[in-house]
Amino acid sequence: MKIVVCVKQVPDTKGGVKFNPDGTLNRAAMLTIMNPDDKAGLEAALRLKEQYGAEVTVVTMGLPKADEVLREAMAMGADKGILVTDRVLGGADTWATSSTIAAAIRNLEYDLIITGRQAIDGDTAQVGPQISEHLDIPVISYAQDIKIDGDYVIVQRQYEDRYHELKVKMPCLITALSELNEPRYMTPGGIFDAYDKEVTVWGRADLKDLDDANIGLAGSPTKIAKASDKVRKGAGEKVTLDAEESVAYIMGKLKEKHVI
Amino acid sequence: MDFGLDKKHEMARALFKEFAEKEVKPLAQEVDETEKFPRGTVEKMQKLGFMGIPVPKEYGGQGCDPLTYIMCVEELSKVCGTTGVIVSAHTSLCIDPILTYGTEEQKNTYVRALATGEKLGAFALTEPGAGTDAQGCQTKAVLDGDQWVLNGSKCFITNGKEADVYIVIAITSVTEDKRGRKKKNFSAFIVDKGAPGFSFGTKEKKMGIRGSSTYELIFEDCRIPKENLLGPEGKGFPIAMHTLDGGRIGIAAQALGLAEGALEATIAYTKERKQFGRAISAQQNTQFQLADMAAKIDAAKFLVYRAAMAKATQKVYSVEAAKAKLFAAETAMDVTTRCVQLFGGYGYIREYDVERMMRDAKITEIYEGTSEVQRMVISGALLK
Repeated sequence: MKIVVCVKQVPDTKGGVKFNPDGTLNRAAMLTIMNPDDKAGLEAALRLKEQYGAEVTVVTMGLPKADEVLREAMAMGADKGILVTDRVLGGADTWATSSTIAAAIRNLEYDLIITGRQAIDGDTAQVGPQISEHLDIPVISYAQDIKIDGDYVIVQRQYEDRYHELKVKMPCLITALSELNEPRYMTPGGIFDAYDKEVTVWGRADLKDLDDANIGLAGSPTKIAKASDKVRKGAGEKVTLDAEESVAYIMGKLKEKHVI
Repeated sequence: MDFGLDKKHEMARALFKEFAEKEVKPLAQEVDETEKFPRGTVEKMQKLGFMGIPVPKEYGGQGCDPLTYIMCVEELSKVCGTTGVIVSAHTSLCIDPILTYGTEEQKNTYVRALATGEKLGAFALTEPGAGTDAQGCQTKAVLDGDQWVLNGSKCFITNGKEADVYIVIAITSVTEDKRGRKKKNFSAFIVDKGAPGFSFGTKEKKMGIRGSSTYELIFEDCRIPKENLLGPEGKGFPIAMHTLDGGRIGIAAQALGLAEGALEATIAYTKERKQFGRAISAQQNTQFQLADMAAKIDAAKFLVYRAAMAKATQKVYSVEAAKAKLFAAETAMDVTTRCVQLFGGYGYIREYDVERMMRDAKITEIYEGTSEVQRMVISGALLK
């Protein structure tokens, strides 16, 4: 079985967010991590590899620096890493990203594609399903459990209060939730091996069946009007009153602000 | 000359840091309070390969370098000195001598089991009458047919009762020099837990690193196979000294981690703690103390990393190791003491980590060669 896992290097929310003048994220200036949902997807792929035997290839699109997230994936146990990077691909929204990644995956053999549900920077949850559309294969989103049965995958799709169990013939695409599992740690030796291996780097020229109108900032239908970091609110007001007075005080304030 | 780490070392550090924060830090206070050996944490580290970091893959290790191992001890010690020394004693004092002096069979049997985490290691040189003066050792080993018979006792042994494999140094002959002075000749042995005649004495109650299992080892007609002699007969003393050179880099890393951990906690505390209407970090005394500590820690770090690099590239690294241990241990003691002072009354309370870190730091000036021994090694090389 051949599994392709799509991962994204995202800003570490502990490190603060920085923007470019055009409103896109200044990724080069931020501390980064592997997107948590993608890491769960990778862990799921590695468990399937251990259980059923598989070759796991990890694909990412990003700055040359995104090489790190592939090395991390390989240090966890992935077999190969592919970095899609090119200046013309920069500033992509979900449409341009999914078009580009789908083109990269067309270069590969695959039975199963696993992506994270959504990335913690954009929070759109669109790229995974869009890739499946581009590749014309079925998608099962919000996977909380994955099993293999011959040529089929059996997936539990999470809902708020229940789950659906779906059986789908491969090839197909699954989007993973971070609740799917507890991703493993890398190993020290795995890290050294990951840096001894080659990461395949593909630029625009390596991607076939891809229209230039669908890539990069220019090929992105989404236009960002404005983006900013959270602005700090002023200091709140502290009052020390007993319970009844507190309630009366809060009710007064809420009325004053026309909330009630 | 490059003072930065390359990417794979940066990633390894990130791994150790994440593990330390998630798995080790939450238990540190309890481990200290209850003096309980953190067996669960050790099992996790065994699974992740942390117990065989600098060991070649052919012997079940991770195939990394001494610097990676040192960073592991450092990051663990930032949050728990006990966990740091467990890895250090196991790797530097038990695996390293077998890897350096062992036969192919010993390496395949013992190093593999230790590096894969199947077994835990310890090292026994110190005796009640022999610390810095190793010649004062009394434990003897006599060859009887195809077995060595050990008699004597060892004290203050790290990983004491928890280990499975012990490197034991014992006298195998006494010779006289030209002037008629007696000289003890030592040999090194690999002793398995459960060997007949091998038992444990008292558990030491310590000031710091209280979760570390520190025991007396007792050998009463303890019989081990003849082939468990490590290295040539009579070469036990140089083997022990060479082993301690490596061990000192591990302890230097433990000391470095303790100092860094204490400084990190103190920086955060001084920003929160208010006196006279402002954070104590706004006081110049605090700022100067923090600056002094940060500068000393950086100096210690460069010495420790240089010693680790020297172990990877040089045959002899005694002086580099001695300088690293001397400076890092004294830095740890100085920094943790200052941190307790900056915490004020709260620094003296067990609820705060710096209290434990100060107690943990003291041992780094004592074990695996006191600071005075390090000064002897360094000055000995200067005056040669």
